[in-house]
Amino acid sequence: MSKEQTPPLAPRRDITDQHARLLRILAPVAVMAVTIGLWSLIVRINNIQPYVLPGPEAVFKTLVDDWQVLSNSLLVTLWTTLEGFVAAAVGGIALALLFNQSKWVEYSFFPYAVILQVTPVIAIAPLLLIYLPQQTAVIVCAWIVGFFPVLSNTTLGLNSVDRNLAGLFQLYGASRLQTLRYLKLPAALPFILGGLRIAGGLSLIGAVVAEIAAGSAGAGSGLAYRIAESGYRLNIPRMFAALLLLSVAGIVIYGLLALVSHLILRRWHESALGKES
Amino acid sequence: MVDPASVSDCGANHAGPLVSLRGVTKVYDNGVAALGPLDLDVRRGEFVSLLGPSGCGKSTALRLIAGLNAPTSGSVQVAHRDSEARVGHSIGFVFQEPTLMPWASVRENVRLPLKLGRMPTAESDTRIAGALAQVGLADFADAFPRELSGGMKMRVSLARALVTDPDILLMDEPFAALDEITRFRLNNDLLTLWRDLRKTVIFVTHSVFESVYLSQRVIVMTARPGRIAAEFRVDAAEPRGEEFRTSAEYAGYCRSVSRALTPLHQGQPIR
Repeated sequence: MSKEQTPPLAPRRDITDQHARLLRILAPVAVMAVTIGLWSLIVRINNIQPYVLPGPEAVFKTLVDDWQVLSNSLLVTLWTTLEGFVAAAVGGIALALLFNQSKWVEYSFFPYAVILQVTPVIAIAPLLLIYLPQQTAVIVCAWIVGFFPVLSNTTLGLNSVDRNLAGLFQLYGASRLQTLRYLKLPAALPFILGGLRIAGGLSLIGAVVAEIAAGSAGAGSGLAYRIAESGYRLNIPRMFAALLLLSVAGIVIYGLLALVSHLILRRWHESALGKES
Repeated sequence: MVDPASVSDCGANHAGPLVSLRGVTKVYDNGVAALGPLDLDVRRGEFVSLLGPSGCGKSTALRLIAGLNAPTSGSVQVAHRDSEARVGHSIGFVFQEPTLMPWASVRENVRLPLKLGRMPTAESDTRIAGALAQVGLADFADAFPRELSGGMKMRVSLARALVTDPDILLMDEPFAALDEITRFRLNNDLLTLWRDLRKTVIFVTHSVFESVYLSQRVIVMTARPGRIAAEFRVDAAEPRGEEFRTSAEYAGYCRSVSRALTPLHQGQPIR
């Protein structure tokens, strides 16, 4: 209602704000440039052979030369990650909704969700590969790693409903479905999105782990398989190139999910609001 | 949910009280006796305040009347208007906090009771516009709660309670968290609404001044478990306004109500 007066120092603060933002981008870029420079320098000065440690130029050259093979593998891994992520999202949210409807279901099954989470996926993968077709096993691995953060975050969110708002729904005779749809799910949304953001990166990890396990069993064409294969052939530059692609894929997945989360929450949730409002 | 006590609805009975509590007690699961036994009758169109120290069970009484909790013993009766295919509810509740859904616009927040009653959108739009106009927020339908001041959020909360056209308005220290200037304005607006709409209002507060200013009847409650310690009828000339707030008559009422409240605090640490 009341218009706040603009503080006289505002323009200067804007400039310092801009400086701070620029610095936040420039500083890590500078660190990367220095690291790459040092890496290149060390390789050249010591005359290290590419099969021991390739220089950044060699890695980049491999990335360009082998783009055909690497990009195909990248697509395979990304597709697996996506399938695992979707399965984790759907499975995690659905399970959380089920848990929320009945305390007994929650008490009965939650410990097993924890067990599945704390058992290292690298140890489960070989077993899954015995019982499941390879592609399915890889997706299941991605799902196992990814679903738990979605489950636990969604559960937390569904239980964080404002007590008075819940009372209001009760007063107006809301059905279970109405309470879920108009109250619990919207209230849990920020938590769900947080869970999904974690699950995105974890699905990639799950896919890579499963591919490596499967790769040693003889087949596959994802990026992780390329890394293992290049290792056997002492094609170290290609290992680095594939690793680079995996890192970039992880960053992009995280960035995309963070963006989606921001777009959905920007009108109302504290996490998506600027600090001035 | 099956309780020895009963919460019953009976048909429209214009002669009897609208809300009637008989020997109502509430003991919470942790063994705390919060209320009663309490007997209370509220007539149709009356403005009644429940006044007492923190934790004296005033809010509990309100939640029992709303049917949000069941009494441990005794009966709570609320006379309903004949259910002529009315969407919504005959009780509107305003909490201490605005209790708005942060993810929904003002319009959608006010729509909530109607939506839960499955009223068609076109029909509810008209009623929402009406309710928002009543609280002076007609231009803010598309705003989000976080964009509003504390007083405006409370107005939205009030509009949401009014949108079903309830018989009874239950208000649980609604203005306690607001600054004095905003509180005075909302007090005046609430009195205007009460005069125009002729709702029955049960208003919980811990402010002597607010209770005397607003109500026709002030009920002073004891500390836990809450019982009625004293009852005052405030027969000031209507309509009340700022002149009443500064009058000697008002000061007199406040003094006697305060006096009834004072012994309750003796022997207790001041909170």
